[in-house]
Amino acid sequence: MVPWFYLAGKMVIGSSKKVVADQIEEVRRICALVVDDDPLVRRIHGMLLARYGLETEAAENGKEAVDLFLSGKTFDLVLMDMEMPVMDGLQATQRLRGMGVSSMIVGVTARGLEAEKEAFMATGLDACWVKPLNAEAIISVLDELAKKLL
Amino acid sequence: MQRQLANMKQSLFDQGYLDEQFIQLEELQDDANPNFVEEVVTLYYRDSARLIHNIEQALEKNPLDFGKLDSYMHQFKGSSSSIGAKKVKIECTQFREYCRTGNAEGCKKTFQQLKKEYATLKKKLEVYFQVARQAGPVEKACRPK
Repeated sequence: MVPWFYLAGKMVIGSSKKVVADQIEEVRRICALVVDDDPLVRRIHGMLLARYGLETEAAENGKEAVDLFLSGKTFDLVLMDMEMPVMDGLQATQRLRGMGVSSMIVGVTARGLEAEKEAFMATGLDACWVKPLNAEAIISVLDELAKKLL
Repeated sequence: MQRQLANMKQSLFDQGYLDEQFIQLEELQDDANPNFVEEVVTLYYRDSARLIHNIEQALEKNPLDFGKLDSYMHQFKGSSSSIGAKKVKIECTQFREYCRTGNAEGCKKTFQQLKKEYATLKKKLEVYFQVARQAGPVEKACRPK
């Protein structure tokens, strides 16, 4: 598995070492937030992301996710479940975008209904996938994230 | 022992108990998390017991609240999908269809079948993981044919 690193605004992709910056000023790992009320999904998606070298945190609902951002935390990537108690994924995504959060937010839904996915996308998502995510989906998400960060 | 394990897994796939998602979970196992799949399956059975109880209680009401039942089953189907529990997932889908059409008898019958499949899978996976622990770690997750 190729770990992803982030260097002072430039992406280094594992062993290929495509370093664009002249000097490496800072190295940190890509941070992701997994937002889902299902502990099983939080565990699986967290593990999937960690396998690709990401640091992960978890939130049980949209309100917890929003509170994390309000506390000053930042994440490069958010996996946002659609249906959650307290605050669902649509409300949380709208709230985060309203706060000016520019992180990549990827919606995940157990339903594959196009109308629901479109409504979810309209709240400000960068992409929407049916869960559970697999390795292929995560690689696709990370490819998009790389383009966003570079 | 490894061959026995591979045969057991092949059988679980051939009989339709598991789908590709189970392989995805096995591919996440590594030296740092050698029992990841067993851990996830244990979490599934622990967490879904609550949902089963909620659905049982909801099925005793008269008239049935199909909206609530569908919501519970949506959660249950999601969790079952996460571990690749194929037969359980099929029953979940059928149950939700009966909710959609307001078929109380259909819901009750399907739920009984769902519980059977859920319990059968649990027993089979318990044996599988017992053999897996004895067999030790494999180099790579083996995909069934």
